[in-house]
Amino acid sequence: MNNSILVVVLASAVTYGTPLLYSALGELVAERSGVLNLGVEGMMLVGAVMGFWAVQTIPGPGPLVLILSVGVAAIAAGLMALIHAFLVITLRANQIVSGLALTIFAGAGGLSSYLGNDLNLADAPAKHAFGAFFPHGMQTLPVLGPIFFEQNALVFVAWVFVAGVAFYLARTRPGLNLKAVGESPAAADAMGINVTRYRYIHTVVGGAFAGIGGATFSLAITPQWVDGLTQGAGWIAIALVIFAFWRPALCLVGAYFFGAFAGLPFTLQARGVTIAPELFQALPYVMTILVLVTVSAAGARRRLGAPGALGTPYVREER
Amino acid sequence: MPAVSLHGITKRFPGVVANDGVEFEAAEGEVHALLGENGAGKSTLSNILTGLYRPDEGTVELYGERVEFDSPRDALDAGICMVHQHFRLVPPFTVAENVILGDHRGEGGRFLVNPRHIERRVAELGERYRIAVDPRARVWQLSLGEQQRVEILKALYREAKILILDEPTAVLTPQEAESLFVTLRAMADEGRTVIFISHKLHEVTAVADRVTVLRGGKTVATVGTADATPQSLASLMVGREVDVATRVPREMTIGDAVLELEGVGATGDRGAEALHDVSLTVRSGEIVAVAGVAGNGQRELAETITGMRPTTTGRIVVGGKALKGGDSREAIHAGIAHVPEDRLHTGVAPSLSIASNTVLKSYRGTHIARGPMLRLGAIKERALHLISSYDVRTSGPNVPARQLSGGNLQKVVLGREFSGEPRVLIAASPTRGLDVSAIETVHRYIREGATGGMGIILISEDLDEILALADRIVVMYEGRIVGELDAETATKDAMGLLMAGVTEPVA
Repeated sequence: MNNSILVVVLASAVTYGTPLLYSALGELVAERSGVLNLGVEGMMLVGAVMGFWAVQTIPGPGPLVLILSVGVAAIAAGLMALIHAFLVITLRANQIVSGLALTIFAGAGGLSSYLGNDLNLADAPAKHAFGAFFPHGMQTLPVLGPIFFEQNALVFVAWVFVAGVAFYLARTRPGLNLKAVGESPAAADAMGINVTRYRYIHTVVGGAFAGIGGATFSLAITPQWVDGLTQGAGWIAIALVIFAFWRPALCLVGAYFFGAFAGLPFTLQARGVTIAPELFQALPYVMTILVLVTVSAAGARRRLGAPGALGTPYVREER
Repeated sequence: MPAVSLHGITKRFPGVVANDGVEFEAAEGEVHALLGENGAGKSTLSNILTGLYRPDEGTVELYGERVEFDSPRDALDAGICMVHQHFRLVPPFTVAENVILGDHRGEGGRFLVNPRHIERRVAELGERYRIAVDPRARVWQLSLGEQQRVEILKALYREAKILILDEPTAVLTPQEAESLFVTLRAMADEGRTVIFISHKLHEVTAVADRVTVLRGGKTVATVGTADATPQSLASLMVGREVDVATRVPREMTIGDAVLELEGVGATGDRGAEALHDVSLTVRSGEIVAVAGVAGNGQRELAETITGMRPTTTGRIVVGGKALKGGDSREAIHAGIAHVPEDRLHTGVAPSLSIASNTVLKSYRGTHIARGPMLRLGAIKERALHLISSYDVRTSGPNVPARQLSGGNLQKVVLGREFSGEPRVLIAASPTRGLDVSAIETVHRYIREGATGGMGIILISEDLDEILALADRIVVMYEGRIVGELDAETATKDAMGLLMAGVTEPVA
């Protein structure tokens, strides 16, 4: 029963959806402040490489090393986001250009590849990796076993993040202020909210989330460093935010939906299905393009609940 | 001791001195008007008082104590609140959320929001000051008048001692304005200071205790309204004797119908019905004013007639020929000229030169173009002619349109539109934001256009302007024409009731 195709696909949806979930949640937080960051892919790769470096370098017991490594990944990607924040908030650079530049700079063939080479991370087996969080007995339970109990700790931490972000946005004052900054920065500014500070903090925190997303690859899914191992997951995460109408709970649903597509080629290959695997590998990206095209019209974006000031720098009343 | 006193305030921006040694004092419990033309320095002064700008020189004192504000938050904490002309509200938020936004005193300092509690507090405040708004309503669902109430509730919630309102009546019917004045008076009677920025003279004399007049960044005078008349204030404001917009008798030769709307309907930007069954006839030589509170379909009406917005029902007939609609080139060819509401972005291409802008509608003509090639010499000549005949103050035809002042920009737009010898002119808020002398000029051109045989639709929220210019007045409310008045006998009260949608005679 646990080998039935449905169970396997659902299990891989959760596995492959998790990095998407972290990154999409981070992008959601940044976008809610009005900052669009197309550098997610780059930040994920920097997070992945630095997380893997940390797990190979830091001495100590496995669980502690893994937690620290996730922290290193988050900080590294957060620093990348800080560059974006400085460019688009302080210097008011075009957010799309800056975000693309960040992905080109940090992504495959860029900084992350350089770090991977320079730190000799490729082809080395991981010293520690996130394994199944629950005891073996539970993993063999029918259906729920593979889908939930075989999963690693990062999967469950992601749920905490979803709930936390949802609560932060809906129930707290900083969350209310954040939404105001993303919707109407002029209104927020007039009421004494520091628009610049809110945007900086949430852009950097969003980047840190993407770093954790990247580390999910290099510390859990495929515990190793391979150049460009996120394979465009960052782009899917950006599409996911729109797909989720900027709502954390829908991010969870969307991430697992896309995760199912992302895991499908491996699942099918493992079963000896010989239909061109490229076709299935392309599926998530086709979905991404479809979602982006459908909702990219400005009118549609407003209807779907995009933050009113998304993508626009805030300048206090110019003369 | 005055509640607010500003001494020698100077603020420079690149190329301009916006405030030049301004002196200003307002007492506790006073409604104090700040009067001046555009560019006189009113906004700069209020932005200094609310912490948005820092003055280059001069001091700000509140209740005798010197203060320095680094940000709006400092000013808010000192008890100063401002109601901006363009509201600073978050449209998807509820009324209550908007009211508590950014508040960090007492309950506002808590991490968690308690919606029930704040909704109750906001409702209480609304009832006490008789400006009740449903605290759970989303702001985008509210009328502009209700949104203004939310802004005032924000100030009351924060216990502001000093309230600044920038042109608060621009979005209100005369009756709504009256009720705003009652609220402001009640706030002043509690010992608050209300600073009321305006350029509507009759309002200033009606509501304020004292008036400070600014001109060219300097304080001209502070006078008690008991000793002032609209005429005396206008002279202080402009620095010379001016006519306050009054009816000028005009030779009228009303001809045949040039524009007929028959049951026209149209959809607004949000997809809702913006015009419903609008029928209107404009004859040659006639000025028909469309009055109404902003957002009741006037913009959509102008856009529909000029072909910028398609009709959903009915038809538009110009000079006896029906238009397809939704095609601005067709409308231009039919002889419809348009002075749009947003003159900088719809009226001109702001980065193009004055010369290029003068031929935006005629560049296909043979005197301007030879095949695909433009005749630049002819274009320049035409621009020079327009600049001299409309007295546009600029250094030359190659200056980008965005560098012109509002008045000069409007002259360029009018010059271009009139040069096509149109049959119909749609003028939407043609004098909004202009100073008194530019308003005189624009009014003169509109009157001349009518005398020359154009049929003119004047869309305006300024009732004085309508009474001064129009021959007939129609009033729009929620996308419909709810009434028509003869300009000779119309009163503001009668217009105001129609603008509020009251069509039944009130006993």
